[in-house]
Amino acid sequence: MKIKGAKIVIECLLEQGVDTVFGYPGVSIIDIYDELFKYQDKITHILTAHEQGAAHAADGYARVSDKPGVCLATSGPGATNLITGMAAAFMDSSPVIFITCNVPDSLLGKDAFQEVDIVGIAMPITKNTYLVRRAEDLADTIREAFALAVSGRKGPVLIDITANAVREYAEYTPMDPQNYLKKVFAYRRNISHIEKTFSTEELKKAKAILESAKCPLVLAGGGVVWSKAEEQLKNFAAKIDAPIVSTMMGLGTVSSKDENFLGMLGSYGEAAAEWACKNCDLLIAVGVRFSDRVTGRIDTFAPKAKKFHIDIDRAEIDKNVPADYYIVGDAAHVLEGLTPHISQQDHEEWKLLARHKKIDEKEWRKSSKLTALAVMGVIREITDENTRFVTDVGQHQIWASTMLPHNYPRQFITSGGYGAMGFGLGASIGAKIADASKTVLHITGDGSFRMNCTELATEYRYKVPIITVVINNHSLGLVKQRQHRDFENRIFQTLLDDRPDFAALAMAYGIPGVKVKNEEELRQALKSAVASKAGCVIECTISPMEEVKVRFGRKRN
Amino acid sequence: MQKRTLSVLVENTAGVLSQVTRLFSRKRYNIESLAVGTVEDPRISRITIITTGDDKMIQQLTSQLRKLQPVISMQLLEDSTSVSRELSLIKVRADTKEKRDEIMQIVNIFRVFVIDIAKECMTIAVVGDGSKTEALLKLLEEFEIMEMARTGVISLERGTKTIYNEGKENEEFTIGKGLSKNLVYDTITESGADRSVE
Repeated sequence: MKIKGAKIVIECLLEQGVDTVFGYPGVSIIDIYDELFKYQDKITHILTAHEQGAAHAADGYARVSDKPGVCLATSGPGATNLITGMAAAFMDSSPVIFITCNVPDSLLGKDAFQEVDIVGIAMPITKNTYLVRRAEDLADTIREAFALAVSGRKGPVLIDITANAVREYAEYTPMDPQNYLKKVFAYRRNISHIEKTFSTEELKKAKAILESAKCPLVLAGGGVVWSKAEEQLKNFAAKIDAPIVSTMMGLGTVSSKDENFLGMLGSYGEAAAEWACKNCDLLIAVGVRFSDRVTGRIDTFAPKAKKFHIDIDRAEIDKNVPADYYIVGDAAHVLEGLTPHISQQDHEEWKLLARHKKIDEKEWRKSSKLTALAVMGVIREITDENTRFVTDVGQHQIWASTMLPHNYPRQFITSGGYGAMGFGLGASIGAKIADASKTVLHITGDGSFRMNCTELATEYRYKVPIITVVINNHSLGLVKQRQHRDFENRIFQTLLDDRPDFAALAMAYGIPGVKVKNEEELRQALKSAVASKAGCVIECTISPMEEVKVRFGRKRN
Repeated sequence: MQKRTLSVLVENTAGVLSQVTRLFSRKRYNIESLAVGTVEDPRISRITIITTGDDKMIQQLTSQLRKLQPVISMQLLEDSTSVSRELSLIKVRADTKEKRDEIMQIVNIFRVFVIDIAKECMTIAVVGDGSKTEALLKLLEEFEIMEMARTGVISLERGTKTIYNEGKENEEFTIGKGLSKNLVYDTITESGADRSVE
């Protein structure tokens, strides 16, 4: 039976089990919205205030739900507004399907109203881009896009559909996506693949390297989270008896309560992690791409260590840090395959030594004024395991990543790779919609919050209860800190020492807003926010002079 | 820094070439020669790229290339183990009999062809590995070269080894990659080098 292209799009989304989409309508995509109107019982559309917010929301949704997020936008400005969200999803390997509609095929390249070559623009920041110009190509393209987004190293995919393709009619036959996946794609956990590449020879070599180490260290990255390999990682680390550090994207793979967890590694990381990395003789990096924020200068990174790299993306091997040995594959699968072959190691002394380097930097001195440490302390005190932390980008992000508990994967959600300010609120909305059972605490700074606070409108509209804590230091702290340290204190364009009044702003959007001046007020505000199960904005003013600890900065880079 | 020849098998669809060349422009690597054409299966194209770079850069580039969804396979060709050819068309002014005779002599010695002749000029087609074209150009310099066009070098590995041969790397790169729909790649990988064309 022939159905309308727009209907094929929706049917294909349903094939993939999509029940929530984020987006913003426009004239080019109007046909798809008309179909969404008819499918309201099956698909909920979340209208954001800005396409960027929709992109971040779909990203946050994907991270929490472990399903691809779906984000719709119209042609031209609608499509280009997605770009930052797309890049953020790409850098953190988050599977998001972006669907945009372009002008009709006949007008492509004619600078028609709201026309842009979004396929060309999105190429470097997606796994793949598709331009669909005929209705009959829609179904298979959407199936391929979904399969591609979640297979191998996950990531965003863009489908740009010309307006005529959604209006035309074409034949549509439903298909089970699993069948499609099996037919066309190398499977995500393809056992036979690993068995093929995991020859006895290689296994012997891996075993020899792992068993000869005296001071091994495991570095867990975002790949472990995406692969859901936390259990396998724990068993592996126990077998080789190594302490564990993580990147920002890997936070939560090992509970921060675990005594063998030394903390986050990198320029804003923790002391024990830095020490262990400097002194280990074998670094087993799992699902890590060795970002410059983790390594600093390559020649001083883990100088004594052999590098053992496990990653699903072959292109990551030897990209930043040359690997002495590597295995390409899904983290869970590789670790599962590897662990039984290794004999139990004992590095108690090394672990103990590393553990002693842990400094508890979380204690704060009580004072009448709020400090960042105090804000984090109160958050730790009031929230329980059932709270998910979503951050924006800046000093507050560093504080949250080093001072808040990360007990399980996805408890901490942040734009780690791309560092997109304005990520937080959108991602919070996505995260909360994906899993309503958890309290979502959105930690942001005044700089980041200014960027996408318009999504408060979305929060209000859909009654998504997000607790936003704005740590207001009236400045773009991380940049200001650099100016202070590396540019002889020439503080320029990084002070935001005026309005808005964030509490009043929240109220304008219909969300309760409160300003707190001290710990006690914050405690009360947080407590009632958590109890009320409703959204709110809590503005905490701290001194602009507070800085985050930097392990290595510009000079070392 | 040395000259490297990259041979890339891609899906024959719009936009693939720009996806491939984007990787070079992102890092400001210059493409010295580029040749694209379909292979025996019209759904597949082969891109031959010549660039200069060190080992590290080439390794990076090939990794990124292999990772692209429309890239089916790729091969780094060494000069010593591969054959390459390039076609050039050269239009020279030849408005007198003497000039025409002289050019014909050069053409015969070089074993190239005159593919068009007019009262005022001749067009010569030369197939070679690049150095032949250079040598011919040098000799034709004294006549006026009106215009010329080069196809870019295309190369194949010597012997039975082909771009379809599976290596460990090729296999590693297929993790999570669509073995794009309908492509004969499935049959290629199964039967290895003995490839039956559909």
